Parts: sequence; structure tokens; C-alpha cells
Amino acid sequence: MTETTTPATRFAVPGRIAVNAEAATVWQTATLTEIRRETPHAATFRLAVPRWPGHLPGQHLMLRLIAADGYVAQRHYSIASAPDGSGHIELTLDRVPDGEVSGWFHTVARPGDTVEVRGPLSGFFAWPGDRPALLLGAGSGVVPLMSMVRHHRARGLAVPLRMLVSARSPEELIYAAELGGETTTVFTRSAPPGTPVGRMTAAHVAPLLAEQPIGGWEAYVCGSNGFAEHASRLLVAAGQPVERIRIERFG
Amino acid sequence: MNVTRGFTGRARVHNPGLPPGQYDARDDWPVLSAEVTPDLAATDWSFRIDGLVERPHTWDWEAAHQLPASAYDGDIHCVTGWSKFGVRFGGVSLDAFLAMVRPQVSATHALAYSHTGYTTNLPLADLTGGRAWIAWEYDGAPLPPEHGGPARLLVPHLYFWKSAKWIAGITLLDHDEPGFWEQNGYHARGNPWEEQRYSGD
Repeated sequence: MTETTTPATRFAVPGRIAVNAEAATVWQTATLTEIRRETPHAATFRLAVPRWPGHLPGQHLMLRLIAADGYVAQRHYSIASAPDGSGHIELTLDRVPDGEVSGWFHTVARPGDTVEVRGPLSGFFAWPGDRPALLLGAGSGVVPLMSMVRHHRARGLAVPLRMLVSARSPEELIYAAELGGETTTVFTRSAPPGTPVGRMTAAHVAPLLAEQPIGGWEAYVCGSNGFAEHASRLLVAAGQPVERIRIERFG
Repeated sequence: MNVTRGFTGRARVHNPGLPPGQYDARDDWPVLSAEVTPDLAATDWSFRIDGLVERPHTWDWEAAHQLPASAYDGDIHCVTGWSKFGVRFGGVSLDAFLAMVRPQVSATHALAYSHTGYTTNLPLADLTGGRAWIAWEYDGAPLPPEHGGPARLLVPHLYFWKSAKWIAGITLLDHDEPGFWEQNGYHARGNPWEEQRYSGD
């Protein structure tokens, strides 16, 4: 046998948890039980998945829709809900222009409809609630981060958690009514009088990195590739170690 | 499979080049790397092959460009569901690098690693026979950093997470050793035509 090789690296990125291979490969039927509008372009879809194996905040699943002729469309979606053992999970979906899957959810879906899911998938972006978490999101990138915030609240965790979230306007801010003292909002296009409008900057990130918790932050960045590039550069420039920045890019 | 009420989907693409479960991304080229895009200049880039080889070797940017140029014209497939048709990458065939280091007969697998520390594992057979490249051009221009520039591994017949961005080296092994996504539940080989997305597929 050859030696196990470990390349010299600045990118530790171990998976945070072991992934259940069976859950990742078996398709299950999920029944839509509730639809809640979040913003003009986003809604939350609650699904009953009786044999859901449980997940950690930050994980995603694969979902598929099947047409009468057998045509299949499948997409990866982040899980919005905290793990709660209820046999239900929630997804918050942006309506994507010409999106065949998000379009179905936003215009056709109603409670009682069934879709198929498999997961949860990937341990990389998962947050078990063990280490201080610094969350940066934009648009629907807030979805997996909200699962972490909800988990933090539901379990009454003492470990520090802060979120910096960017939206075009207050109307476009997903989960606006649910955000609390842990969250700082940034509005890029319009904001109430007296609130600055503009892109996330070093000035938003600096105060968060100034309050270093014991052991430092694990940073989780989620959003479009453009946002992910911008936000991750801000973090690096502010001194966050590059190997403690996890990025989920929505493609 | 249960038919989804009211779902028709987009216009059917009868493209024999589209693997099962994939859709045509057309002009989009999504970026899905899990780490910070490194600030890596071509002059700081290097590529090494070691492990079970007769002569381990490291190439810098200039030395790699002395090898015979080779292009890939074809399609790429991402495990997240998109495929992209008719892309053109320029670089050097991995066969040209391997010919210089001479793999030992015991070498069966490879672990590719990036300048960021990202890793991915492949059977050695998937890296030989004109099916893998070190690529530094896309569509005639330098490969952009977010797509793996200055240079990435290109193994287009497998899901694209195998085509490690910011490629730094390949270690040849006599066993399979899971890389970054493979440790996170993804398939050891990742053949899109057999939908080998996750471990167990």
C-alpha cells in the first residue's frame, strides 16, 4: 500500500458530519401541506416526509418532478426548516424566470400535491450548532442560514451566532418578520428613509470579526456566485481564515 | 415514479448528448466551488505528479506550456443537474504529463489536489487515453479564476467536480482514496451516463 497523501493545504474543509448514504440515494414521496408567501418572489413550501431521516441546518436535498410522459426535472434545494423530528421539512423557493420546477411550485402546486425528494445531502455546509457561526447571505441565500438561526433558537444554544443578510429591498427580504438581534440587514436597491442603500462592505463585516468568540468563527456564505465571491473576499480581507469559510453558491 | 400533478416541464430536448437527469444550461456556466476563489497568478502556479511514478516531476507555467497543445471540444456535465454543450478548452493532454513521469504498473487510482487544498479521486484509467487535460484556456481566452484559472484539471466524461479547479498536482496510488466531495457523500467515480451522483447510486 502507498502512504496516505495529505497535500499541503490552507483549505481544511472537512465535512462536518457523516452523510447517510442510504438517505442520499432513496427517493421518497413528499406531500405538500402548506404554502406561505414570504416576498413577492419567494414562498415557503411545507412538505410532509414521513420517513425523513433528519438533517442538520445547512444541508440540502434533491427534489424531482415527473411529467406524464416520464420527463423528469430535478433540482437541489437548501432546507429552510430546523431539524425538529416532526416528519416535515420546509423549502423556500425563489420563482426563477422560466424555471420549470420553481415555476410549478409557484403557479400550480397546492396542498395535497406530491413530489419526490432524496436526502439530506452533503455534510460540507452543515452546522451542527457546535462552533460559533458567522452567516453571510444574499437573496434566497438566506434559506440554509435561516435553518441555522432557527436551530440556534429552538435549542436555546449559547454558542455565538451572527447573520449578515443582503436583500434588494425590505419587501424582498425573506423571513423579515423572523429576523432578530442576531441579524444585520443590508439593502442594495431601496430602503426606508434614513437607512443606507448599497452593497455589503467591509464596514458591515469588520464589527462582526472584531467580536471574536473563543475559538473564532466558522463562516458560512450563501447566495449567487457574484455575492459569494464578494462576501468571501470581504471576510478574507477582514482576517477570517480562508479554511474556515464555507461557500454554497446557487447556480 | 409518481407523476406530478400539473407538471409539464420545459420543451423536450431530444439531445443524445444529454445524460439522464440533466438539463441544458445554454449560455450559463454556474460556479459551484465550495471555497474562496484563490488569488493565484500564473507565475505562482505549479503542477506536480508524484506517488507511484518512476520520476516525480513538477512543472511551472512555462514548462507546462512547452508540452504539445491539445484542445477539448465537447460537453461538460455538473452533478447539480446542468450540462453545457459545445465548450472549448485549451491546454495539454494529461497523457503528455504522465509520459514524462511514467506511472508504475501498481498505480490504479489518482488523487488530484488543488492549490486551495480541494481534492478529488479518480481511477487512473479515467485520466489516460486522451480523456483528461490540464486546461488553461476557455473559448480561446485565459480560464477565469472562478472557473479554475490559471489552470484546472479537465475530465469531461465524468461529473465536473472531478475536474479540480486550480490544479496543483496528482498523486498516483494503488488504492482509491476519497476526495473532498467523495467524503461528503458523492460518488467515487461520477459517471454522468450512469447517474453516479451519490455514494450508492
